[in-house]
Amino acid sequence: MTTDVISRSTTLSAKPTEKQGQSTSVKMTARNINAFFGKVQALYDVNLDIAGNRVLAIIGPSGCGKSTFLRCLNRMHEVAGGTMTGTVELDGQNIYGTDAVLVRKRVGMVFQKANPFPTMSIFDNVAIGLRLTGGVPKSQMNDVVEHSLKQAALWDEVKDSLNKSGVSLSGGQQQRLCIARTLAVNPEVILMDEPASALDPIATAKIEELIYELKKDFTIVIVTHNMQQAARVSNTTAFFYMGKLIEFDETKTIFTSPKQKQTEDYITGRFG
Amino acid sequence: MKYQNQESIVSHLRLKTSPRHNLGDVVFKYTTMIFALIVLSLILLMGYEMYQDSKPSILKFGWSFLTGTTWDPVQEEYGALPFIFGTLVSSAIALVIALPLSIGIAIFLSELAPPRLERPLSFLIELLAGIPSIVYGLWGIFVLVPWIRTSIEPFFSRHLGFLPIFHGAPYGFGMLAAGLILSIMVLPIIASISRDVLKSVPQTQREASLGLGATKWQSIRLILKDAKSGILGATLLGLGRAIGETMAVTMVIGNRPTISYSLFDPGYTMASVIANEFTEATSSMYISALIEIALLLFVMTIIVNMLARILVWSVTRSTR
Ligand SMILES: Nc1ncnc2c1ncn2[C@@H]1O[C@H](COP(=O)(O)OP(=O)(O)OP(=O)(O)O)[C@@H](O)[C@H]1O
Ligand SMILES: [Mg+2]
Repeated sequence: MTTDVISRSTTLSAKPTEKQGQSTSVKMTARNINAFFGKVQALYDVNLDIAGNRVLAIIGPSGCGKSTFLRCLNRMHEVAGGTMTGTVELDGQNIYGTDAVLVRKRVGMVFQKANPFPTMSIFDNVAIGLRLTGGVPKSQMNDVVEHSLKQAALWDEVKDSLNKSGVSLSGGQQQRLCIARTLAVNPEVILMDEPASALDPIATAKIEELIYELKKDFTIVIVTHNMQQAARVSNTTAFFYMGKLIEFDETKTIFTSPKQKQTEDYITGRFG
Repeated sequence: MKYQNQESIVSHLRLKTSPRHNLGDVVFKYTTMIFALIVLSLILLMGYEMYQDSKPSILKFGWSFLTGTTWDPVQEEYGALPFIFGTLVSSAIALVIALPLSIGIAIFLSELAPPRLERPLSFLIELLAGIPSIVYGLWGIFVLVPWIRTSIEPFFSRHLGFLPIFHGAPYGFGMLAAGLILSIMVLPIIASISRDVLKSVPQTQREASLGLGATKWQSIRLILKDAKSGILGATLLGLGRAIGETMAVTMVIGNRPTISYSLFDPGYTMASVIANEFTEATSSMYISALIEIALLLFVMTIIVNMLARILVWSVTRSTR
């Protein structure tokens, strides 16, 4: 079933093999992505299908373009002054042909560095997304905030201090606050850039549990440096190296019998 | 062999100099501290001197110096209210005009302009801040005042003449001219500091709001919220400049110590009256009264500038 992966060139669309006959629809498709920072090229011809209601893990050494790829998926790459060619489809529609604001409402993002709004309270930090988009009555706001904070495993720690500043929290708490903020606007796809890199093992376990829960309703793409984490939470894994997508397959396959030598070397810790 | 030698020399030097290096640090620290203290004591000394010299006037007129409207060197009666009024009103006009423009410019430069445009524009604005005020004054007399007399004042009295602030004959010289010229002078200060304050809001904040689906405009509003106190500080720095500005204002304000509702009427400011009358002041009470005005001006600008600096610092520091 998976033998055809070997012959597949990385520049062609790579579709993960289906698992136990369970069919998954494609939520997002990246086609021929080349991303640049000025003249420096950060991504080379990346093609990837992201299945709906599943977790895709992106792994690879530092600087290989993981964050850049993630940011191409919700048009944040252009905010940092980058340029790109290629197309990204969300439910079959090219996101580079529509309004970036609408795209980012549907494809939410948790950034590599926690970035709560410093002038806002914890409550407002979570509510801000809904306030920006509008349409949620005040009476429901409390519920949404509480629910989102509970989902992000932060509620118990902050429920008595919702009026305190968002930056009064510890780094790990701030990261969970940012996760809650993203969940509150209820996007369809959630991009997470190393969401657990600043968290202790307990909070990390909570986040991983959360990701497991979330994939019932959301499609998740997570960048991680932690192999165990990738193996634990994801259905499929993509390995990037030097701006190229080297291998993309079922997580189990990637970690047990990778087809590419570079992938194997990276996973076994021989470089990276 | 040579290498080894060098190394041993270096380590020898390092051993020898390290205690002295520490001593140097200490000496350096205290020398610079003394310089800083000299500046501080200069300010205190200036305040004290002015207080001493204005004592006769303070003792004679008391609080009525601040509320009196008569300025009569012949009768030796001194009330500074017209000057205080002129300073405050001309500065207020300047801020009302300059603030929205400056914030617009700052937003454009920091959030919207491509780098290719941002640098030359920022440079031009900072250049404006460096033009000597006498040049602004001359420009005021030869360009601004005639323009006000023939265009602006007739326009306002025709369309908004029912408002008391637009009553009276169009002289050109007057409060409006002073406010306008001050607004041009404080604009570069407010705009460039506001731009710095906006730029000091980390890029991650912009990404945070845009990533949530905020529009560019919503994102800018959130950034403005972060930068609020810094922009207030920039405004106060502009106010400090406006309060203290002497030459350009004297050249266009008309120099008459009256309190009038109309912006078309001439006025007088604290800085202008000192500059104009100090050389003619003959009696000691006259001099003392002028110095009391200087003392007031000194205290006002110090308070405004201190508040401004604190606000700007609190923003540019905390967000870095
Ligand atoms: N703002 C930027 N300006 C210029 N070059 C950038 C910028 N951001 C990233 N790059 C470059 O793009 C390449 C990919 O960076 P990216 O941030 O995507 O790496 P990454 O895989 O996320 O690394 P890490 O694991 O360290 O987060 C790197 O070589 C980096 O130097
Ligand atoms: Mg990264």
